[in-house]
Amino acid sequence: MKLEANLITGRTAYQGSYLEYKTSPRYFEECAYCELNPEDLSQLGVSEGECLKVSNEHGEVIVRAKMNSGNPRGLAFIPMGPWANAIVDPDTRGCGMPGFKGVPSQIEKSDKEPLDLKSLMRTYCQ
Amino acid sequence: MKVITDVVCPFCGSLCDDLTVKVEDNVITDIQRACILGHNKIAGVCLHERIESPMIRKDGELVEVTYEEAIEKAADILANSKRTLSYGWASTSCEAVSKAIQLAEETGSLIDSTANVCHGPTVLAVHEKGSPAASLGQVKNRADLVVFWGCNPVHAHPRHMSRYSTYARGFFTKKGRKARNIAVVDVRETDTSKLADKYVQVDPGCDYMLLNAIRSVINENEDVIPAQVAGIPKEEIIELATMLKEARFSCIFYGMGTTQSRSKYKNGDAVSSLLYDLNQYSKSVMIPMRGHYNVTGFGQVANWETGYPNAIDFNRRLAYYNPGETGASDVLLRGEVDSAIIAAADPGAHFAQEAVRCLAKVPMIQIDPYHNATTELADVVIPAAVVGVETEGTAYRMDSIPLRMKKLIDTTFKSDEEIVTDLIEKVREIKGGA
Ligand code: SF4
Repeated sequence: MKLEANLITGRTAYQGSYLEYKTSPRYFEECAYCELNPEDLSQLGVSEGECLKVSNEHGEVIVRAKMNSGNPRGLAFIPMGPWANAIVDPDTRGCGMPGFKGVPSQIEKSDKEPLDLKSLMRTYCQ
Repeated sequence: MKVITDVVCPFCGSLCDDLTVKVEDNVITDIQRACILGHNKIAGVCLHERIESPMIRKDGELVEVTYEEAIEKAADILANSKRTLSYGWASTSCEAVSKAIQLAEETGSLIDSTANVCHGPTVLAVHEKGSPAASLGQVKNRADLVVFWGCNPVHAHPRHMSRYSTYARGFFTKKGRKARNIAVVDVRETDTSKLADKYVQVDPGCDYMLLNAIRSVINENEDVIPAQVAGIPKEEIIELATMLKEARFSCIFYGMGTTQSRSKYKNGDAVSSLLYDLNQYSKSVMIPMRGHYNVTGFGQVANWETGYPNAIDFNRRLAYYNPGETGASDVLLRGEVDSAIIAAADPGAHFAQEAVRCLAKVPMIQIDPYHNATTELADVVIPAAVVGVETEGTAYRMDSIPLRMKKLIDTTFKSDEEIVTDLIEKVREIKGGA
């Protein structure tokens, strides 16, 4: 089962409060998740804390599932940071700004675990 | 024990200047009035792991070296590159920015700030239509309607609402929250929208349409609006437009929801056009919710030194600016960059994957107090003092008001300004000898 979703990324106070302490496990916990509407989560058969694979033409990333009833159905939110940016749209369409919001993506259940910061960054050096 | 009052918080563009910090034996022991973001940043200076020593990558590992070795290596990279990207400079002082621009000019580099992934499109919108702005003091004292469009201050600027907007009590707004209406436009319910009198949930990427529908109502052309625009029923659009038209003084604070979604700079442009229409009837202003505490300052310094606010290319030995071509992400994606110097920002964490991959390929110098995602890709790492805590300096608030940040504790780390000054000197030495 795959969910077609519109991905947006952005600040949370908790992600922000670890900005100057990115090596902390708390930064990882505050960034490596994806918020979905409860009905979307149950459609995927995923409970909070389980893992999701979010993929699109720009890449894929494994993050934990989180519930947010404030999200309309089909809207996925990942806090700004290395996990979200693994799958945002790099194209700036001539105005300098990559597509951090509104990226069509597919979401499915995964039994893999999210990579930690170091391991994720290492994938860029290969 | 030292008690330091009126401390300026070096985290977000709200630049709160009313903190009280207690210092005992050069350690910060108490911080009053800061929000979770500011508190963690200031307290973290003494608590979190720092980059203790300059480092150079050898055989894939960062190894500690002396400061002189690191400066020498960094200057060598800069002097021998054809197209250096100098990026960041938003969480530092205007004095450091000024030096960074000098270094970029002398090395023919391209220099860009974090506005590239933040309010860069806002700058473009200002070029197109202008920005009827005001100080946050004006908003506090006068605004009877505050609109948060595509921003979530409860999370990103936690004290903004109590100091300047939603709850602030001012000369004509003595009743604070009761003196004003709050409207929020966003694509999902947020902790900010929960506090609003009017919440409008716009379809993702459709802000531009909604802004223009509101303009139609303001200009008494509501008959042209269909039953629904951007997922919002016509009645609601009329309600929001009427709130704006009837307000004595309104301010639209706009955030990443406008700059990063589909229409990008055209959204800011549309806000500006909306204000033009509104100001025929009432008084209305717009202020961008700037993120890094001194990203506004970068724009100010760059403007007065080069004539351009960001994305400035010195490759032709004179300042050239064309965001979309000279933006940090654009030059990286085109594969033009052959070295990078990154300071007071973390593109490793905040650039899109393709741009990070390009950064990882080139020799990179990082200047930062803390180990972050960029450190994983850096080849020379130079630790810096935390501006606003360990060194003083000037920063500009989101409404372009300059404030002087204080030094709270002593440090052995050099400031960004000192590091860049040393780099300029070394680069001159290498180039002079060549
Ligand atoms: S709102 Fe911003 S400037 Fe004010 S204390 Fe919080 S982080 Fe610091």
